[in-house]
Amino acid sequence: MTDTNTYGALQDKEPQKEPRSQWSEVWDQFRRHKGAVWGGGFLLFITLAVLIGPYLWTVDAQKLDIRAKDMRPIYVALWDSSAKTGWNHPFGTDQLGRDILAQMLSGGRASMSVGWAAMLIALLIGTLVGVVAGYFRKLDGPLMRFTDLVLSLPILPLLLVAVTLFRQPLVAFAGSPEGGMFILIVAIIGITSWMQTARIVRGEVLALKEREFILAARSIGTRNGAIIRRHLLPNVLSPIMVSATLGLATAIITESALSFLGVGFPSDYPTWGKLLADAVPRMERFPERVMLPGIAISLTVLSVNYLGDGLRDALDPRIRGR
Amino acid sequence: MKLKTLLMGAIATSAMAPAAFAERGSDGNVSIIYWQAPSIMNPFLSGGTKDVEAASMVIEPLARYNETGELVPWLVEEVPTVENGGVSEDLTSITWKIAPGIKWSDGTDFTSADVKFTYEYCTDPEGGCAQVTKFEGVTSVETPDDMTVVVTFDKPTPFPYGPFVGGESPILQAAQFADCMGAKAPECTEQNFNPIGTGPFVVTEFRPNDVITLKANDNYRDPAKPAFATVTFKGGGDANAAGRAVMETGEFDYAWNLQLAPDVIAKMEEGGKGKPVAGFGPLVERIMLNQTNASPDLPEGERSTRAHPHPFLSEPAVYKAMSMAIDRPLLVEVGYGQAGKVTCNWVPAPAIFNSDTFDCSTQDIEGANKLLDDAGFTDTDGDGVREVNGVPMKILYQTSTNAVRQDFQALIKDWWRQIGIEAELRNVDSSVFFGGDPGSPDTFQKFYADVEMYANTFNGTDPQSYLGNLLCDKAPRPETQWQGENITRFCDEAYDALHAQLAETAGSEERAKIGKQLNDMAVEQGAMIPLVHRGRLSAHANTLGGVVLNVWDSELWNVADWHRID
Repeated sequence: MTDTNTYGALQDKEPQKEPRSQWSEVWDQFRRHKGAVWGGGFLLFITLAVLIGPYLWTVDAQKLDIRAKDMRPIYVALWDSSAKTGWNHPFGTDQLGRDILAQMLSGGRASMSVGWAAMLIALLIGTLVGVVAGYFRKLDGPLMRFTDLVLSLPILPLLLVAVTLFRQPLVAFAGSPEGGMFILIVAIIGITSWMQTARIVRGEVLALKEREFILAARSIGTRNGAIIRRHLLPNVLSPIMVSATLGLATAIITESALSFLGVGFPSDYPTWGKLLADAVPRMERFPERVMLPGIAISLTVLSVNYLGDGLRDALDPRIRGR
Repeated sequence: MKLKTLLMGAIATSAMAPAAFAERGSDGNVSIIYWQAPSIMNPFLSGGTKDVEAASMVIEPLARYNETGELVPWLVEEVPTVENGGVSEDLTSITWKIAPGIKWSDGTDFTSADVKFTYEYCTDPEGGCAQVTKFEGVTSVETPDDMTVVVTFDKPTPFPYGPFVGGESPILQAAQFADCMGAKAPECTEQNFNPIGTGPFVVTEFRPNDVITLKANDNYRDPAKPAFATVTFKGGGDANAAGRAVMETGEFDYAWNLQLAPDVIAKMEEGGKGKPVAGFGPLVERIMLNQTNASPDLPEGERSTRAHPHPFLSEPAVYKAMSMAIDRPLLVEVGYGQAGKVTCNWVPAPAIFNSDTFDCSTQDIEGANKLLDDAGFTDTDGDGVREVNGVPMKILYQTSTNAVRQDFQALIKDWWRQIGIEAELRNVDSSVFFGGDPGSPDTFQKFYADVEMYANTFNGTDPQSYLGNLLCDKAPRPETQWQGENITRFCDEAYDALHAQLAETAGSEERAKIGKQLNDMAVEQGAMIPLVHRGRLSAHANTLGGVVLNVWDSELWNVADWHRID
């Protein structure tokens, strides 16, 4: 009379399925979200294009060639054979003869790196503040009031003041005006866009820390740090991911808005926002100069949003599998 | 036959209509857009062109300049000269005779007491009057009777048309501003926003930095004018939007100062609703060279002051090479088209003051490189940038935010790179750059950069006070709250002495000769690099008649004559 015989009826008739890791579950769910897959693919494509592109298309984005100014993109030749086009400038040139393809690539580099860096900073601060405020009741009040305070800061005037105050020291520190402005813009966008993340994370943590598994962990003497790392953070990962993708989109848009307003990077340093701003006066004659950077910004932001949507569904075990 | 006669009659009537039925207020509303918004209607409290021009529809000077730069009597019977006895033989006083029958918009008479009051208002020691230079050298303003004003100067003044002449020196009503003297001037909001004037229009509502609505002045001296009953004066936006609003969409009738690239203007003109008008005054787009060191390593208060000379910009080889490397005809083509000419001079107009000493119409990169090589400023460390006594020739090049200026920056940076000078570009919002706030490090007066580009001009036809901009004591510095016109901090005793001589010289020939010498000294000694002699370009709707673009005075100088054409 062994246990095996007694409970024989309960035995599996077939061999068990291979155990699956959490991440392959996530991937399965993610794949089912078409928009997210497209978004992720496009983001990867854009990122690779701006990273590798300048090595393949080696025209200097800032080189002036006034004789070849105002060229149209190559596709215009399809319906207007008299247009000034040429394969040496497939996207055409601007009013000073700078190659638009090269400007798009190096402009994308600036916009994307600002977006990623600012998003990471915002994420870091937001998560830290959110977890601390949610977990330690004493700090909750001061930290959330501080969040409200920062939330009420208008970003554009703040940036104008910061550019005035910190421009010179940062340029000296970074060794070049582009580097200095990069640090400044990333820092400002980062420290003014973490509040949403902090609020969401705090809410989640407040709910989670009253759950039984946290109580169990605490009752066996787990320290606060370990509870946060092992039990809380993995459970708030999905809202963090979502706000990260939204943050990336906001950062790219904010950088574009700044370039559009003429504060920020030096006027000859291309970013997508700057290309867009420069093209506005000649929008009717050269619509492509507005369309190309505009489409690039919109598609990037859109793809990031879809990616975030898909990630949220995939990372949340309650939604997963439905 | 009958029908034809009838039609002919109808055509004849409609053709004659504007002349036959010209009466005040018959043409409805005219809308004007200035992309810089006026903030006050009192030009004595603001130096801004936008404020001066908006106010010129309401308050007027005794005499002003017409479109050819000639002085014309406005509120007086004639322009006083030595010949007609209006200016004394010893050139120390000028007598204005006020034209009879001029009334303020409140119905009271315009008298010499108002003129005298205006002088006292602007020269009040407690007040900060923006136009006080207009009254420089004036010792007294006397009023022997209601219609006579005698202005006395402390020394012979060959050009006595400073006070009360031109849009920047209009007459205020004594009764209205009596309680607004000195320190109280800026507090009189009601008066400053709604001045009582002699001009064709009166303010009905003033919204600072936004819209001004005006209506025809019932007491205007010409009963048939103005043709428009109301004026909507919109401020704000940018040059591009203003140009479109007039030439493409026809929402506005007049747009001021469209600094836009020629191809952009041409495209707007295709809209068919309006057309651009250009006029050439003495406006010059130039690069100012900082004679002092603007390095951020220097302590605040010593930066960009004469305590520290610039490490290399005052070397003749350097600024000459920088000028030679510039292709001015190309700049004109890219930036201004019809509204620009190549110039090597600081004072390109009026014609008799235009020096012909320099020729800078051809670019010479090789020559510039040779000049620098011969002077011993070579690239010693192989990074493509020349060094002067161990200091690399890296410069910060700033200007205001404007599409044309940013194109210029990109082109000039490229040319300078070819002669081994590296420029870092920077653009500052115009309202900050030209704002004059002593607390901001980004104003053009503070000049915390090595070179900066902007345009400047002067009103009227005599450049004496404009040439005075480069006098040693006019440099902006902490002691003057960073105010002053000598932006480059140029200082040369010989220049100061020659300028003093100009102030005492009569006779236009002789004055022109000295004026040209002063211009040549400034350019030769590297105070600035003149680039383009710019025309002023504005646009008006096709249905707006009577517009005469005036570059020597307010553009709205003849707004009383504007009318609607069909």
